Amino acid sequence: MSDVRAVKTKTITDAVAELCIKTNYELPRDVVSGIKEAKIREKSELGKYCLEQIMRNLRIAKLKKIPVCQDTGMAVVFVEIGQNVHIIGGRLIDAINKGVRLGYKRGYLRKSIVDDPIFTRKNTGDNTPAVIHTSIASGSKIKITVVPKGFGSENMSRLTVLKPTDGAEGVKKFVVDTVRQAGANPCPPIIVGVGVGGTIEKAAMLSKRALIRSLNKSNPNTKIAGLEKKILIEINKLDIGPQGFGGSITALSVNIETYPTHIAGLPVAVNIGCYVSRHASITL
Amino acid sequence: MKKEKGLDTPLTKEVRRDLKAGDKVLLSGTIYTARDMAHKRLVEVIKKKGKPFDLRDQIIYYTGPTPAKEGEIIGSCGPTTSSRMDKYTPALLDAGLGGVVGKGQRSAEVISALRKCKSVYFAAIGGAGALLSTKVKNAKVVAYEDLGCEAIYKLEVRDFPVVVAVDTKGRSIYGRDSKHR
Repeated sequence: MSDVRAVKTKTITDAVAELCIKTNYELPRDVVSGIKEAKIREKSELGKYCLEQIMRNLRIAKLKKIPVCQDTGMAVVFVEIGQNVHIIGGRLIDAINKGVRLGYKRGYLRKSIVDDPIFTRKNTGDNTPAVIHTSIASGSKIKITVVPKGFGSENMSRLTVLKPTDGAEGVKKFVVDTVRQAGANPCPPIIVGVGVGGTIEKAAMLSKRALIRSLNKSNPNTKIAGLEKKILIEINKLDIGPQGFGGSITALSVNIETYPTHIAGLPVAVNIGCYVSRHASITL
Repeated sequence: MKKEKGLDTPLTKEVRRDLKAGDKVLLSGTIYTARDMAHKRLVEVIKKKGKPFDLRDQIIYYTGPTPAKEGEIIGSCGPTTSSRMDKYTPALLDAGLGGVVGKGQRSAEVISALRKCKSVYFAAIGGAGALLSTKVKNAKVVAYEDLGCEAIYKLEVRDFPVVVAVDTKGRSIYGRDSKHR
């Protein structure tokens, strides 16, 4: 046990708080360049106008240190914990939620979480609880990724289980149909996260992971990368365009992540993200 | 590209009639905010023959802003998805509302109510909350304070950028692919 490393919960809390604020004020570089490039490529005048305003908005948010979007999201937190890490000073989950509470308060972020989803729907007042996904990795570090997820786009996401023989065509059809149905609602240009395989919850998790993959990266598997490209072309033919006003850029990227699955099924989850694609990581 | 047209609120029927889907407009004057819960309550008041506030020719903006920092008027305040308000909108239009501002498609019922009442649906740019906050010159809670960010705010705006999404004739900017929009 000599190589066990201790990490204090306070360190985790502070990191989460900072990431909540940072992600809401400033978008990742790859997303900003994606939007810039879209502005050049967009053919519709109104679409270009939207993208200009969107760029102006990003500059103002960064400069004035205010949230890019008023929906500062539900905080999704991925924590990859090295198996040689010993967390001290309390429960990990409490430390993360405390970080969310602090971040949303200090950053003047909107508190959008209700306690009981069906009946009372009372606002918890501090944007907790977060949705927390922990996993065990090798080594002695902790990697924390905070993804504040807005619900304009989350509401437009879908999940299904296709037949095994539906294959790439089936996946493509489901993804494109989902984007078509979403139309203007998820604030296009969107980023499309697709999880394929596993079980239904695995597919959903993969789709969330896919959403935060860098826009500059394709799936390393060339067949899957090809499918990403094909689906993106189909989506951009829908003429939904920026903000749904019509145009050639409906999506900035289609990111697919896969996992082995059962002989009898083909789970597909589509997680739609708006262009305000907020995520940032820190390694402790 | 056609320039933006500056308009002062409240928006009279005459002014509304001149607007066409796709027009870029800069709104100045008073607008009121309301989201899901505030809509529910407003419509309940109207059903009981009450008057929440004088809606005639006024504009309702679907937003739930982030908290204002010290010394600031308002936080980030972009539009939320309009379709969640669809079931309440016709009653408000019947009560004289001149227009609404949000984002995304509306139901057939809302579009026909807009046509009937000669009202307008504007789209603001979703996600542009920081930019839009700079257009707000004053903000005051006027009803349902208990709803927090979902309370009704009376906003004074200057050159607040919107696009006519559905005009008084029912023409929609989302109409190019009518099957799906």
